[in-house]
Amino acid sequence: MEFRTDLSYTKTHEWVLLEGDTATIGITDYAQDALGDIVFINLPEEGDQVEMDTVFADVESVKAVSDIYSPVTGTVCEINEELMDSPEKINESAYDAWFIKVEGVTEHSDFMTAEEYEAFVESEQE
Amino acid sequence: MLIYEKSRKGRGCQLLPKCDVEEYTPDKAHLREEAPKLPQVSEVDISRHYSELSRKAHGVNDGFYPLGSCTMKYNPRVNEKTAALAGFTAIHPLQPEHTVQGCLQVLEEGEKALNEITGMDAFTFQPAAGAHGEFTGLLLIKAYHLANGDTQRTKIIVPDSAHGTNPASAVMAGMSVINVDSDQSGCVDVDKLRQLCESEEGKEIAGLMLTNPNTAGLFDPNILEITDIIHSCGGQVYYDGANLNAIMGIARPGDMGFDCVHLNLHKTFSTPHGGGGPGAGPVGCKEHLAGFLPGKVVRKGEDGALHLVKPEKSLGEMKNFYGNFLVVVKALTYIKTLGAEGIRNASENAVLNANYMMAKLRDKYDIAFDTKICMHEFVMDLSRLLKETGVSAMDIAKGLLDHGIHPPTMYFPLTVHEALMVEPTETESRETLDWAIDVFLSLYEKAYSDPEALHRAPETTPVGRLDEVGAARHPVLRFTEE
Repeated sequence: MEFRTDLSYTKTHEWVLLEGDTATIGITDYAQDALGDIVFINLPEEGDQVEMDTVFADVESVKAVSDIYSPVTGTVCEINEELMDSPEKINESAYDAWFIKVEGVTEHSDFMTAEEYEAFVESEQE
Repeated sequence: MLIYEKSRKGRGCQLLPKCDVEEYTPDKAHLREEAPKLPQVSEVDISRHYSELSRKAHGVNDGFYPLGSCTMKYNPRVNEKTAALAGFTAIHPLQPEHTVQGCLQVLEEGEKALNEITGMDAFTFQPAAGAHGEFTGLLLIKAYHLANGDTQRTKIIVPDSAHGTNPASAVMAGMSVINVDSDQSGCVDVDKLRQLCESEEGKEIAGLMLTNPNTAGLFDPNILEITDIIHSCGGQVYYDGANLNAIMGIARPGDMGFDCVHLNLHKTFSTPHGGGGPGAGPVGCKEHLAGFLPGKVVRKGEDGALHLVKPEKSLGEMKNFYGNFLVVVKALTYIKTLGAEGIRNASENAVLNANYMMAKLRDKYDIAFDTKICMHEFVMDLSRLLKETGVSAMDIAKGLLDHGIHPPTMYFPLTVHEALMVEPTETESRETLDWAIDVFLSLYEKAYSDPEALHRAPETTPVGRLDEVGAARHPVLRFTEE
């Protein structure tokens, strides 16, 4: 399982790349593995507001539908439309298959480093 | 092979008699330009086609069907017999009341029996199934709050172990959903619930939806405290009747503090389901909500006859006429056949059967939440097995198919990772349970000795492992000739 050191992580298994006041958000390799084959993804639209710790998307796998939480507050400036037709890309490479980009980030939840997140995942599995 | 593939141009069967009235051709504007592409098949081929399909399927009449949360109990034949009586079938919904007193009596006695079983004061039979019942119940709660001028009550609390239909129904009813977590034991976290209801948000709470026993097969020991917390902040409490089969004749939602309930007649009261039913999801409520019930209820008039009466503040129609009436006939037959004592016995045996299986399996399979005693169903967590052998809950489920057992519910509740939820129901014999236990245990051994065999399963069914991912990602929904 991969934990990229250049990214930040949340307890709800999203990854974030925060550059200035712009954030790129996706779900972690552990999340995609736990969900199993993803068959559908529901994303917000460009211009939508997202709020820290609230649901902004959902993904459907063969097991279940799961909510995805936004780690930041801001405005959606880009969505990864490719995922709508090819949700399997999330399973193939979770850290390249970003969901949305958010600009004008005003606040963000407590992030974990790759090392902290790896330890968190291990503690969750026990 | 699809029936469309058996179609041959010009073939067909004469099901309708010759037309004995003058033929009429509608206006061209209302006619199709092309005939619809219906299959053209002779009667014998249709009959064989569907008989063949039924042999490939697995129903309660074919074998054990421990599909958790679905209560796949046997459907007694006597139910079908009464539902086929001409007095119940050769009728019309708009017939004058005095000519269908017997049918009205079924609805009246059905309501009385369900009131007694649930501790409610009134029932509507309009909802066609469980989720439709949830939607109806939430509209009742909404109508009640609006009538009280409580327009700000728009939020419904749903525990994270709830059936997925609960939050969906709440959203359908125009409400927003607040999730509350379960505690370590798998029940509602009472402290978190109290915190939420005592906060500012408490004024916006329309109600709480709860299944008790819950989806993990656990009876929430704090139920009286939970309903009290909700009432204290002005909310209503909704009982999802999915798991009523565990408590009939023993505990009543009405006595636990619930304000309204839906029941699944097609589960708990032994009417067919799984093949389209049809279902019936009657909704019951306490007196303070009864005035809002949809459709018409049956009440005895001063003339001693039964009448259809519209509740004074009725929220409207949830379905045409009286819902799936014949399902009510079947359910009432079941209730009358068992009687008060039999109803209680059914629940006792459902719980006993589940505990028997759980006790026999727990040496090998891990039981979720380390449950000591379950209700009518239990949840196994196969995470350890997956880690040690690579065999998942899905693989075990597929392996069961090769032994003629319908798999338990998989990957639900979501709070358990590799979940298999087993509900044997009361209608299975000791021999069937022992045999199924042996199959479960042999599959467990196989996971260690030959995991590859389980990855390949099923191998004895009409079709092997299906491409579920492909079916979900690229569904083929329409037959095309190519």
